[in-house]
Parts: sequence; structure tokens; C-alpha cells
Amino acid sequence: MNLKSKNPTLYYLQRAAFYLLVIVIGVYLLAPFFWAVLTSLRSPGDLFLTPTQFIAAKTTLSNYTEVFANPNFQRGLLQSLIVAVGSVAISLLLGAFSAYALGRFRFKGKAIVMYVILAVSVFPQIAVLSGLYTLINNFGLYNNPLGLIMSYLIFTIPFTVWVLTSFVRDIPGELEEAALVDGASPLQTLFLVLFPVMMPALVTTGLLAFINAWNEYLFALTFTSTNRTVPVVIANYSGATQFDQPWGQIMAASIVVTVPLIILVLVFQRNIVSGLTAGAVKG
Amino acid sequence: MTVNTAPKPAKTRGIETARARQAFWLLLPTLIAIALVAGYPLYRTIYFSMFEANLTAPDQKTFIGLGNFWFTTEDGIALGFLQDPQWWGAVKNTLLFTVISVFLETVFGMIIALVVNSAFKGRGFLRTAMLVPWAIPTVVSAQMWAYLYNDSFGLVGRGVLGGVALLASSNEFLGVEQRIWAMIAVDVWKTTSFMALLILAGLQSLPSDMYEAADMDGASKWTQFWRLTLPLLRPALLVALVFRSLDALRVFDIMSVMLGNVSAARTSMTGYARQALIDNQLLGMGSAVSVAVFVIIMVIVVIYVTAFRVKFD
Repeated sequence: MNLKSKNPTLYYLQRAAFYLLVIVIGVYLLAPFFWAVLTSLRSPGDLFLTPTQFIAAKTTLSNYTEVFANPNFQRGLLQSLIVAVGSVAISLLLGAFSAYALGRFRFKGKAIVMYVILAVSVFPQIAVLSGLYTLINNFGLYNNPLGLIMSYLIFTIPFTVWVLTSFVRDIPGELEEAALVDGASPLQTLFLVLFPVMMPALVTTGLLAFINAWNEYLFALTFTSTNRTVPVVIANYSGATQFDQPWGQIMAASIVVTVPLIILVLVFQRNIVSGLTAGAVKG
Repeated sequence: MTVNTAPKPAKTRGIETARARQAFWLLLPTLIAIALVAGYPLYRTIYFSMFEANLTAPDQKTFIGLGNFWFTTEDGIALGFLQDPQWWGAVKNTLLFTVISVFLETVFGMIIALVVNSAFKGRGFLRTAMLVPWAIPTVVSAQMWAYLYNDSFGLVGRGVLGGVALLASSNEFLGVEQRIWAMIAVDVWKTTSFMALLILAGLQSLPSDMYEAADMDGASKWTQFWRLTLPLLRPALLVALVFRSLDALRVFDIMSVMLGNVSAARTSMTGYARQALIDNQLLGMGSAVSVAVFVIIMVIVVIYVTAFRVKFD
């Protein structure tokens, strides 16, 4: 602050350097995404153009129409939606029960339960891949969204339990005591008293778990053959015709599955940071 | 479920016992689910790691003890994966990937967080921009970068920005060495935001009066960073480091999408395990590799937690 009057040259140099850094960071974070959006709006023939010509080339939505007409992609969207919503719904329900018990009740063995859940959250997925594969086959769930929903619980459950527990701890106890005095059962207390208070936490946790399930690749690639989720479809994208690799369409498909996530993330910005820190920084 | 505590009025103990029982029932579904999707499959993986078995016929298996890990036939043919140089290549590449990318993410994440934490015009915009790479699915960012690296279409791959065709090496074996750096660049781009978000949350919880006192004492910004910010951020930073390292150690998506599963088996431990298990249908061998990956990751967790005294909760 003093620098401005004492040594204006140095002050403005510093400010300029700072804004330069801001611009560099902004470009670094956004340029690859911007280029993907741009590519999705260009016709396949324009991909060879030099960058300046490419930016100036004609905008077209043909990649998007072709992507949406692609049966694999349509199916992928549906599968992803079923699998992500299914596993998030189960995790939120079980997670809310557990969080209520872990955040509000005192009992023997609580620390052990917490450590088991934490241990599962650092599990490498590959460690259960062969065990799950044989189980899923035994139950006839190969290529079935149920098999994926089940396998996704391995990362969605620990996450929801941790985040919701740290949230339940911060809810003032009077609410629940009042319900207990009125003779409410624990389930009534949970559903009628705590759930409404927990709504913001449930939404945030659900959203973060949804993002994780929506993005999952290893299980989806391994446990399905035709009922693939969107990440697997995008990873192995081939257009309607036998092009080499239809980059315009791949980028269009990528944008289609990413934009809803980005919008959700931007809308819930503040909640997400608190959800992430509850889930990651506190453990 | 019984609760044994020091003698208390009978009524309180009755409530405590009842509460403990209720807690048990509330936790039961979660515990069953975890046992079903994590505990039992892990047990089966460990179990199969000691058998020679094919994925298509898991029931026709032969017990071979630790033969999947280390086994040399009478003709001197090494069959255990620990004798396979490709496995050790995958381990080396994964460790390199983890160390370099987590280091760069931490440095870049710190810089971005410090910038966003200071007051300037456009702060809100940068804060929002920060969320974009994090919100993009890993597979999508891998495809985006595969396109950027592509030697006939890509911005980087065509050398437009002084880049080189990182993925276009014609020699599969030589290619891996330089490709790992291309993979690191993708991972750093994708996850620096996550690191920056966590560090930013840590920065905003630091007490501002300490900085005012430090300003009064004439400490430079540089000194303040090293003497105040960094020590106070330590706990948050360490937990973020643990989680990022674990994610990087089990990396698979980026390599699988950008290089294909064959090369992924040379660049990531998970890729190697998956190739043995699914592509080669070797249930026993694949399980053994998975067990090794599990052990390596658990050892690193224990080292982290004890060496840095990371506290959870």
C-alpha cells in the first residue's frame, strides 16, 4: 500500500506481473477445454487448418446432431444415468443412517467402524476387480447395470458416510432431543427432524458422489460389454461411418457429458468446496 | 451389543444400551454393503492369487501357493510376475508418475490458491475457472489431450506451440519413456484444481490477525509465507497429499484412453494387473498382481500416516 506512493514504478511493475500471472493461470486452466469446444463446432474437413484459420472457420452443429443420433451414445447416457443415480441413492440412504449413528450416538467400537470405512476409501479398485468380476458373473450381473451399481458402492458409500458424519456432528443436539422427548423413534427422528436439516449436505454429497460415479471407468470397462456407460463410450468412440477417428464428434460427445457437470459444479460452488474439505481434508 | 461402563444410575445405562443397539441397527446396512462389495471381493482376490485359474472357468483351479508371484519351471522359464521386467517397468513408471505429478500439482496448486486468495479484479472469474478442469471427467480430459497431442490434428502434436508429437513414437518400447511425461502433463492439468481448492479452503481458515501482527513486525511476504502460511497449512496439505498420491498410484484411465490397454500395462500397475486378469484371462495371475498393488498402496498409506503423523478426524 505504501509502495504506491513511495515507488510507483515498482508498484505498477508488481501489479502488472501479478495480472500476467492471473492471465497465464486462466489460459492454462481453460485453453484445452476451449479448444475442445471449438473443435466440436467445426466440420471434420476443417481440422487440418492452421490454428488461426481454424478459429475463423465456419461454426456448425453437425457433430452434435451426429453424436445424439449415435445409438451407442444414447445408450451410454441412459446407462450412466441409471448407474450413477442408483448408486448415489443407495449410498445416500445408507450413508444417512450411518452418519446419524456415528455423529450422534456413543457406543463401543465406533472408532473401529470409522477406520474400516476410511480404509475402504483408500482401497485401490483393482484390489477387488477379480473378486468382483467372479461374483458378478456368478450372480449373472455381467453387462447388467445392477452389477455396476453394486460395484460403485465401494467408493460412494465411504465418501457419503464421511461427509455426512462430519455434517451431522455440527447439527445442534437440541433438535433431536426435543424429538426424543416427544417420543419419536430414531427412524422418525432421522427422517422427520434431521433429514430436512441435512438437505444441503445431502444435495452436496449426492452431487459429488454422482460426479464420481458418472466418471468411473475401470469397473464400467470391465463389467459391461454392450451396456456401456458414457466414459467407456467416449473412450472407444467410433462414428456412424468408418472414419479414422472422428475428433469433432468425440469432442462434441465430451462436451455433452461435461457441460451439465460444469453447470452443476458452478451452481453449487460454495457447497462443493465445503463438501470436498469435509470429505478430504478431515479424512 | 452390551455397554459396560462404571456404575451409573440404572436409567441412564438403560438409555445407553438402547442407544447402542439403535446405533448397531443404523450401521448394519452399511456394514453389510461394505462387506459385500469390498470385504468379500478382496478376500476372493487374495484367495485366487494362490491358484492357477482361467477367468472363463474359475472353478477349474489348481493351488500353486505363491507360484503366481515367483515361479521358475525346470527349464528355467520364469513365470512369476515378480520376475517379469514389464511389471517392474510399470511399477517404475507409476512411481515416477506419482512423485512428479503430485509434486507439480502441489506447487501449482499452491500458486493458484495464493493468487485466488488475494484481492484483485477478476478473482471470482479465476475461482470459477479453477473448477472447470476438476469438473471434467478423467476420460474426457484424456480424450481432449489425446486430440491435442495428435500429430496430424492436435495443437501440441503438430508442434504449433513448440510441442512435439509425444504420442506418435513409432517404437512401442522406446515410446513409453517419453509418453509418461505426456501423461504427467495431463494429470497435472486435470488435478491441480483439486489441490488448489483444498489449499484455498485451508488458506481461508487461517487467522488474519497473525498476518497483521507479522506486517507490524515488518516481516516480508516471503518470510510470512515460509514462517506462517506453510506451517499452518501443513495438516490440510498433508491429507490432500495423501489422497492425491493414492489416486495417482492407482491411475489407469489416462493411460488406458490415451495409449490403449497394451501400453497402459507398461505405464501403470493397475493397467498391468488388468491386462493379466481381463485381456489375458489369467484369473490367478491377475489376482496376484492386484494383491501386490494393494500391498504397495497400503504400505505407502502406513508410511505416510506414521511419518507425517497425519490425523484423520
